[in-house]
Amino acid sequence: MKESKRAVSSILVDDDDDDDDDDDDDVEKVSWSGEPVGTFSEASTRVYAPELRKPKSECKDYFSDWSPEETVKRMRKGKVYSLERFRSLQDKLLLLDEAVSAHDGNVITAVLIYLKKSLSKEIFFQELMVREIALRHYVHYLKEMEEQKTLVELMKLPFSQDDAIHVQDHYTLLERQIIIEATDKKGEAEIFKKFPRKASILNMPIITTLYYSCFYHYGESEGTFSSPANIRSTFRISEKQYILTALGARAKLKSWFDVDSLFNTKNWLGYTKKRSPIGFHRVVDILQKNNAPVQVLKDYVSLIDDAELKLSLAQKYKCHDIVIEMYRDLKDRQQLIVYQGKVERGSHEDRKIDQLLGNMQIRWKN
Amino acid sequence: MAQTDRRDAPGLPDFSLLKRLARDQLIYLLEQLPGKKDLFIDADLMSPLDRIANVTTLKQHEVDKLYKVELKPVVSVSDQLCFLIRPRIQTVKWIADVVKSDKAVGRFRRYKIIFTPQKFYACETVLEEQGVYGDVTSDEWEFYLLPLDDDIISLELPEFFRDNFLEGDQRWVTTAGSALRLLHFLFGPFSKVYGIGRCAKMVYESWREQVEDGEKKAQNPDIGNVFLIDRDVDFVTPLCSQVVYEGLVDDIFRIKCGSVEFGPDVTSTDKSLKVMLNSQDKVFNEIRNEHFSNVFGFLSQKARNLQTAYDKRCGMDIKQMKAFVAEELKGLKQEHRLLSLHIGACESIMKKKTKQDFQELLKTEHSLLEGFEIRECITYIEEHINRQVSMIESLRLLCLLSLTENGLLPKDYRSLKAQYLQSYGIEHLLSFANLRQIGLLVEQQPGETLTVMESKVGKLVNDKTAGKLTDAFSSLAKKSNFRALSKRLMLIPKTGEEYDLRVPRDMAYIFSGAYIPLSCKLIEQVLERDGWTGFEEVTRMLNGHEFAVTGGNSGTETRNKTDPQRIILVMFLGGCTFSEISALRFLGRERGCKFIVLTTAITNSSRLLESLLDNQG
Repeated sequence: MKESKRAVSSILVDDDDDDDDDDDDDVEKVSWSGEPVGTFSEASTRVYAPELRKPKSECKDYFSDWSPEETVKRMRKGKVYSLERFRSLQDKLLLLDEAVSAHDGNVITAVLIYLKKSLSKEIFFQELMVREIALRHYVHYLKEMEEQKTLVELMKLPFSQDDAIHVQDHYTLLERQIIIEATDKKGEAEIFKKFPRKASILNMPIITTLYYSCFYHYGESEGTFSSPANIRSTFRISEKQYILTALGARAKLKSWFDVDSLFNTKNWLGYTKKRSPIGFHRVVDILQKNNAPVQVLKDYVSLIDDAELKLSLAQKYKCHDIVIEMYRDLKDRQQLIVYQGKVERGSHEDRKIDQLLGNMQIRWKN
Repeated sequence: MAQTDRRDAPGLPDFSLLKRLARDQLIYLLEQLPGKKDLFIDADLMSPLDRIANVTTLKQHEVDKLYKVELKPVVSVSDQLCFLIRPRIQTVKWIADVVKSDKAVGRFRRYKIIFTPQKFYACETVLEEQGVYGDVTSDEWEFYLLPLDDDIISLELPEFFRDNFLEGDQRWVTTAGSALRLLHFLFGPFSKVYGIGRCAKMVYESWREQVEDGEKKAQNPDIGNVFLIDRDVDFVTPLCSQVVYEGLVDDIFRIKCGSVEFGPDVTSTDKSLKVMLNSQDKVFNEIRNEHFSNVFGFLSQKARNLQTAYDKRCGMDIKQMKAFVAEELKGLKQEHRLLSLHIGACESIMKKKTKQDFQELLKTEHSLLEGFEIRECITYIEEHINRQVSMIESLRLLCLLSLTENGLLPKDYRSLKAQYLQSYGIEHLLSFANLRQIGLLVEQQPGETLTVMESKVGKLVNDKTAGKLTDAFSSLAKKSNFRALSKRLMLIPKTGEEYDLRVPRDMAYIFSGAYIPLSCKLIEQVLERDGWTGFEEVTRMLNGHEFAVTGGNSGTETRNKTDPQRIILVMFLGGCTFSEISALRFLGRERGCKFIVLTTAITNSSRLLESLLDNQG
């Protein structure tokens, strides 16, 4: 019986040569399958007979002699292997280090699974901490297995102070959204009837919430949670963020007066002038996307600093007066004549150009 | 119009063999479970499978019903269930649940799992732990390579990128090595292997080992040279907006496994249409690598030519007409169909992109690449975020800024991140952590930042652990040295001279003359030098891991004389864009050689970034 057992093991080991015929039965351990002695032909025992005379420990065919190197090699090729023999911590670590140096994530993870089962958590974690690559594979495995608890114990994800503030903001925002949602859902005010809400405000980002507030609650006092002013100050929204958002909302509602007020500021003499943290070409772009009429657009086109940009946008959006004035300022007679061809005959613009062209006092450059 | 192949260009090997091999193996595996069976297919495998064995073929091998794998209870009534899946723990857990719920109601069925391209030990462990190991049989379908076109082969493993470069998991290294081994066996032996990148090196070693153990093949090689390159050697290129036709179509319509779905706005009907996009489409083949500015004009001209050809029939007699209908009409109709499709696509693209917005976007990208007016670029990006234009695009711009400037200034990082979260939601907090980890979006002076993190975390956990944890993951991020590399390799062509996009003079045409893709430039230079000698400065800036190995075959052979020497297999580990493929085709025409692109998956900026997002809860 014993000799037959050895013969069987040696035959199994010689499976080395026929890779592709390896049964994909995925047997992890070679175990005595209990096949009766009579199954083995005389020939096979004769072939292996010399081996049987050697002492057990010298027999290379036992998998107890498979070193970490050989074991990992076998694992990489999908061959039969056994990890149970690696019982001492030293052997386990040799096995792990060998797996890591083979650069095969499949094998590394398999070894880690075995170590997890056969080592205490403390020791296992301790050893992982000094093995970067193994640690990364283990973390990935935990994520896939959705073992959040172990992950948290292992990781205590490093979020910075800034991130804590963002998380805090998120909870504050949610609280406010719940309050706003509760009132607005009833939709009693006129504006909700004219522009019914398409979705709930819950879980929307801060800027979306601000847009919503500028749309439905514009002008409310800073004391109420739903007012733009309140959201602006609570979440430390910059002037640029605020103006862009308010502009979008008021333009959508075609409240050109409100849009105008956004850019008004008083100088030290008490005179109102227009100011913007974003380029006025950007303002024009947003207004245009909201189908603002030319009369509104031209007011902002005229505020664009960069002359080239101003001219091209004025032409694009047919702000004739501005184009005419710019050509006049540039003293470009030729372009003015060309532009006259683009305006309607007999229109106010047409007459204006005629006037300018007839003006003897202007020193045209061409 | 498309640069035609040189007459002396080497011919490409026939890769359809790969499809036949895969098909035969799958059929063999299906037959291991004789009798009628229902087949459940992983969502990611549906398109690739369609290219290998369609529904008819499957049904011919006793597959009854086909289902997509969805993580919910099965409605199948068949006695035999077969699962064709990628080796994912989540999927295997679901299969175990299916088996267990059957067991619970006393229902007996046969279950077979076919893992492709291979099985992972972790999957088996799940089966064992769930107590169903003995109830299922499992096999491996060694489907490594899917030819997408004459010169493109894909492993269809988009997860390679995240698993390897973000998670630091080397599970797919052997897979990539096996893919190379298969190509080597069928079309090799390779004489020279060049490469750069940590993963490239590992894949090379894995391939080397597998070849040594396997059968020795002495045959006439079709492919002589191989170049392995990691995606993280060049992150900039995949993040740039694509402007060659195929790249644009991918960016806007999403090409999947070599086919795309065009909606009603393109087909001018009320239905969508799925079309294959490869060299078989004669119209597409001529415009695919062209800069978009040339495409519409080309198509219009072709439409005019087509009209002329049609008009020929006026004034034909019966005999001529018969001949015309028999021989030419079908071809003309086909061309007509394809033309109107691509013209429709162009119109759709122009509507979406060629507004002031796209011009300004490209201008900002080019400025970032050049290092010009950076403050203005930052303002543009800030306003892009404030206006909530697009979550992915805002992120893409932030990453481009970080890569080209070697990180953001801490105040910019903090401010832009805060505004991003305010515009698009707090759930992106983890995404920022991932992008930092992989090195796509970082603060300058990372060392300082790490100490801050360590000291904060140190209060919660013992200091040693915190330090080790950040070390384990921080080493994954490579330091970007784009500006220095760009100067050294002259990636930004000199402005001043007009760049004629109709007659491109270098690979920069794929980005409107603004930037030569780093990845392709490296390949060009290494091939020219036959190695890395004299390039030490560059390899240092790329964080090393370069290699060049000469196999047993060549050495004495005169370089570039024989055909296989002029066919170069370029393997992108982590994905490759259509723009890079176009650039390599251009390079091939210039140098009289042919490139075959082998990639773990086709990628673009959206796919790359989406794979790094973590918006759970």
